[in-house]
Amino acid sequence: MPKLRGLSRLLIVQARLFLREPLAVFFTLLMAPMLLVLMGFIFGNEPDPLLSGRGALDVGLPGYAAMVIGIVGLVASAVETSTRRETGVLRRFRASPLRPLTYIMADVTVYFGMTMLGVGLLFLLGTVAYGVRFGGNPGTVFVGVFLSTGAMLSLGYLLAGLAPNARVATLVGNVTLYPMLVLSGAVVPMQVMPEGVQSVARFIPLTHAVRLLRGLWTGDALSAHPVELAVLAGVMLAGTALAAWTFRWE
Amino acid sequence: MGYGSIMTEVANPELEPHAVQCERLVKRYGALTAVDEVSFDVRAGEIFGLVGPNGAGKTTTIECIEGFRKPDSGSVRVMGLDPQHDRYELRERMGVQFQSAALPPRIRVEEALSLFASFYRTSVDWRPLLVQLALADKQRAPLATLSGGQKQRVFIALALVNDPDIVFFDELTSGLDPQSRRSMWELVADIRERGKTVFLTTHFMEEAERLCDRVAIMDHGRLVALDSPRALIASLEAGRRVVFQVDGAFDDAALRALPGVTAVEQTGERVTVSGEGDRFLSSVAGSLESGGVAFRDLRTEQPNLEDVFLVLTGKKMRE
Ligand SMILES: Nc1ncnc2c1ncn2[C@@H]1O[C@H](COP(=O)(O)OP(=O)(O)O)[C@@H](O)[C@H]1O
Ligand SMILES: [Mg+2]
Repeated sequence: MPKLRGLSRLLIVQARLFLREPLAVFFTLLMAPMLLVLMGFIFGNEPDPLLSGRGALDVGLPGYAAMVIGIVGLVASAVETSTRRETGVLRRFRASPLRPLTYIMADVTVYFGMTMLGVGLLFLLGTVAYGVRFGGNPGTVFVGVFLSTGAMLSLGYLLAGLAPNARVATLVGNVTLYPMLVLSGAVVPMQVMPEGVQSVARFIPLTHAVRLLRGLWTGDALSAHPVELAVLAGVMLAGTALAAWTFRWE
Repeated sequence: MGYGSIMTEVANPELEPHAVQCERLVKRYGALTAVDEVSFDVRAGEIFGLVGPNGAGKTTTIECIEGFRKPDSGSVRVMGLDPQHDRYELRERMGVQFQSAALPPRIRVEEALSLFASFYRTSVDWRPLLVQLALADKQRAPLATLSGGQKQRVFIALALVNDPDIVFFDELTSGLDPQSRRSMWELVADIRERGKTVFLTTHFMEEAERLCDRVAIMDHGRLVALDSPRALIASLEAGRRVVFQVDGAFDDAALRALPGVTAVEQTGERVTVSGEGDRFLSSVAGSLESGGVAFRDLRTEQPNLEDVFLVLTGKKMRE
């Protein structure tokens, strides 16, 4: 398969480069577990009637997973890709017979893998160290994480394609991410939000990731979330198509 | 291909396909015509230099040939391939060093080499390549920790990792100190010795003169000359010049009367005698000796490519 030549080597090198970047490691692998530890320290995980009998961490944990997905998908991928384009790294790749599709496949796979690793670490820490109750099915949770990651990553790539340079990509990525984290209910429970905010939140893709993951975590079937699944799949398909269309080597 | 044509090619190297054929190449950026009807051929196995001041259109030309920019008109062939249509086949067989490109700062030299080697149909063992490029002790170093010259050598190694038939260098030595520059020249000469065609651009006339078998001089998007440096300089018919210093007043009548002397100029203590002929230098020296002139620092001056550029364009290279 000449078109995929170099894929396996590229996967290895991209993964190593990701893990050598302290900020990427912090936001992907460390920040959510740290948040969990902090919340566990403040609130504990005792059943709370206000949270329909669940603990603060039971409710919080799927949201923190969505946070990791948002950070990697929307910001990390956009910043790195646009930086590589701006500094001429992509140009150097382009001078070889490497196909654009192979490059993107390797890149996306590494972001998927790192997101899974971050979310996996979080789940492990939560269930083992804090007794977070998991009532779901690992298979459907995986589908939920996968779809949410795909949707956010396609938006990140789209942003990298549209931004004129790395500074703009970083700025736009962060300026969209932080309100999204708050409004989507990823870090602040939706129940405490005013009505108006809740209706705006419906238009934020990350909200659907949070709802889907929370539901699946407590044991909902996939069929219980048709809206969330449709929105995330739609964003992923449209985002991927637009991202492929706007991708530039230089 | 018939038997006859093989015989002809072997018997007559002139008929071998050219490494690069560029015909009436035009590239515009909006209202600016950066490359204006440029035509030339590069012979297989030579070091070909495209020289000219900044903004002349060298990078645009070389990147149209490499297939990274699309010409507005004209035709380009590299080893018989169309750089736009056959881009992946060409990328298999060429090596490229850009005027500006980069690698991820945290990638290690050996990772970069093995990664790029994996992209090609065929590749060479990159370890001897690192030894040759004096990078053996930097094999595990992250790219960001290397000096400018070392980085440049990594990019050269990347350009050679697929054992290319033709190598393109765009401003190989700009930003390097004179010593690194000289070692780059040796490297390029070495690459040619290994049977590869080298196509380079430079705005250092001295580099082109020392290194290239043939140079094309470019200015404002047009080719103004193309030949070997020696032939270009000879075509000036500038003859030779003898320069020396004198103390105090000097009467140049005796020098002007010498056969072969065409001009004598005096600026302060400095006297420049222009002329031609094999015995020009000895007759000037002899005349000074017999006239009892107290002269110092006598030397001859050859015209160089900078003079060629000056004559052809009416301006200096560096301004
Ligand atoms: N991508 C571009 N867009 C617009 N103008 C360009 C672009 N690249 C080069 N130019 C212009 O074209 C001319 C030739 O540039 P270039 O080919 O880089 O010359 P050189 O390599 O000889 O310095 C310059 O005037 C430059 O400003
Ligand atoms: Mg240039």
